[in-house]
Amino acid sequence: MHDANASRATETMAPLTASAILVNEVGLHARPSVKLTQSAKRFAAAIELALAPDGPWTDAKSPVKVMRVKAPKGATLHFRVTGADGEAALAAMLALVNDGFGEA
Amino acid sequence: MAEIHLTGRAASPGLAIGPVTVLTNVVARRTAVGDPAQEAAALRAAIEAATDEIAGLIRTVQGEAAEILEFQVAMLGDDALAEGAYDAISVGVAADHAWRSALDAEIAGYRAADDEYFRGRAADLVDIRDRVLAHLGGADAVATIAAGSIVAGDDISPSVFLAADWTGGGAIALAAGSPSSHVAMLARARGAPMVVGLGPLDWNERPPALALVDGDTGTVIFDPAPETLHVFEQRIAAANVARAAAEAGRFDPALTADGRRIRVLINVAAPEDLAGLDPKICDGIGLVRTEFLFEASHGLPDEETQYAAYRRILEWAGQKPVTIRTLDAGGDKPILGLTVDGESNPFLGLRGIRLSLGQPDVFRVQLRALLRAAVHGSLKVMLPMVAIPAEFDRAAAMLDAEFAALTAQGVASARPPLGIMVEVPAAALRAEDFDAAFYSIGSNDLTQYTMAAARDIGAVADLNDTGNPAVLELIARTVESANKRGVEVSLCGDAAAETRLIKPLLATGLRTLSVAPVAVARLKAAIATVRE
Repeated sequence: MHDANASRATETMAPLTASAILVNEVGLHARPSVKLTQSAKRFAAAIELALAPDGPWTDAKSPVKVMRVKAPKGATLHFRVTGADGEAALAAMLALVNDGFGEA
Repeated sequence: MAEIHLTGRAASPGLAIGPVTVLTNVVARRTAVGDPAQEAAALRAAIEAATDEIAGLIRTVQGEAAEILEFQVAMLGDDALAEGAYDAISVGVAADHAWRSALDAEIAGYRAADDEYFRGRAADLVDIRDRVLAHLGGADAVATIAAGSIVAGDDISPSVFLAADWTGGGAIALAAGSPSSHVAMLARARGAPMVVGLGPLDWNERPPALALVDGDTGTVIFDPAPETLHVFEQRIAAANVARAAAEAGRFDPALTADGRRIRVLINVAAPEDLAGLDPKICDGIGLVRTEFLFEASHGLPDEETQYAAYRRILEWAGQKPVTIRTLDAGGDKPILGLTVDGESNPFLGLRGIRLSLGQPDVFRVQLRALLRAAVHGSLKVMLPMVAIPAEFDRAAAMLDAEFAALTAQGVASARPPLGIMVEVPAAALRAEDFDAAFYSIGSNDLTQYTMAAARDIGAVADLNDTGNPAVLELIARTVESANKRGVEVSLCGDAAAETRLIKPLLATGLRTLSVAPVAVARLKAAIATVRE
């Protein structure tokens, strides 16, 4: 259900990007938003999400901002992650989405 | 102690008996201290207090209700929510105003969402807003409500409602409130009877012990006499039997006892009203109020927002007809920046079509959104508070002009039939003079203008009777005009939800009635008893 072709542009702090499709019934709604932001906040890396590969980017640690995206079921969520624990953060984000936040 | 009878508006059907829990006024008036630093600190403290309160509430509930509250905690814990409020405070706006404006803007964003689920979250934001406002006002923590009690107060917020256990009975009796509030929706969903608009609940410091709530007729009796109580208990038993029968028939077409088909439409005050509702229960939507789009305090809704809302409602209805009423602001529905403040008698002032024609730039936006939405279903557009044909003609000319402009620009649109709401006696008396494509009788206003008695003024509420022969005659005259001109006529208003009025209303020749979704099953059951 996803194209988790995470790519690393350069060796330093260049952002990691990847995308996954929202499979849970009502999209990125209240409960998934809370789960996603709670998970994101466990990482030091800056984590952003968007509905298009070129943004606009939204802070994945802010439930208020994530809810404003109003991402519906079937939407492709693009992630952009920058920071030391970026790879783990990106993996956690993709796992949550691909898993349908445990409610698909 | 003498029993107290109060009449308000039915917001959630059903009958209930229980001990009274009085809610104190939650939102008190607040005086700003004026200093931005202190105002910001006050807001921060209120947000923290609200968060603590909800966190405490979470421990007492489970499942969906707990998830709703967890979401509220997450939102409150996010600085992004209050960002706009702190910005406003830094330039001198009082904390409560700043918070209210910021949240209203956020709420408007949710209400404009394409997705039903996200629109539904507006209620949570309203709850968050009010809970923090309550703390800013220095009010006490939200009262706890014992299971099975009749909650009486000015108004009640969703979180107070959710904090109570409604599985063991109980009901709500409010001085203010609205049948289209989220609490009313929650109450209907949980089967808790609710009556709103009872007027001031003044007990001279001796609150009643027991109350009977009739959510079908919108009446409440405090401290009933033993005989009243006994009769009420018998009604509850009978109602339980009748409700089971009515619910079974709500998907069937409405037929009178002698087999005449009556079309039953629904009234919609906001898109949320349609959530979880099966279109099969009705023959269409007889009235969509558009005031909900104009509630947010941040400017007027743009064309796209309106178009999206109208389109969603039309898509819900499929091929069934949908009548959308243009903005009916004024009277008891003030809208910031649009209606006139301080009119000596707002009900006889600049409201409805009068206001729209006086604000052509605002009106044109709505007409364009309606013309564009019309391609998505069977739309009819209705003008409120029309008194003379010239008002209709001017609005029709504006609709035609906007249609021509959209067509010239190649924008998909269709010119919907334009009709009038018959609620001013002048329009009822001379309905045939209007070039309207249909008439929709607004029984609430027609009654109050004919009887010169407002229903929210208790002392004259008994005069406010749609069953009065004068009102029925105006309705019959409108039906006659419709038949003469070969156009459709329907009635939307609370009268159609009053079982005792169904027979006299059908006797006027009416064949189409529009009621709140919650009243559909009851209306169909009432129609089935009528023999003409």
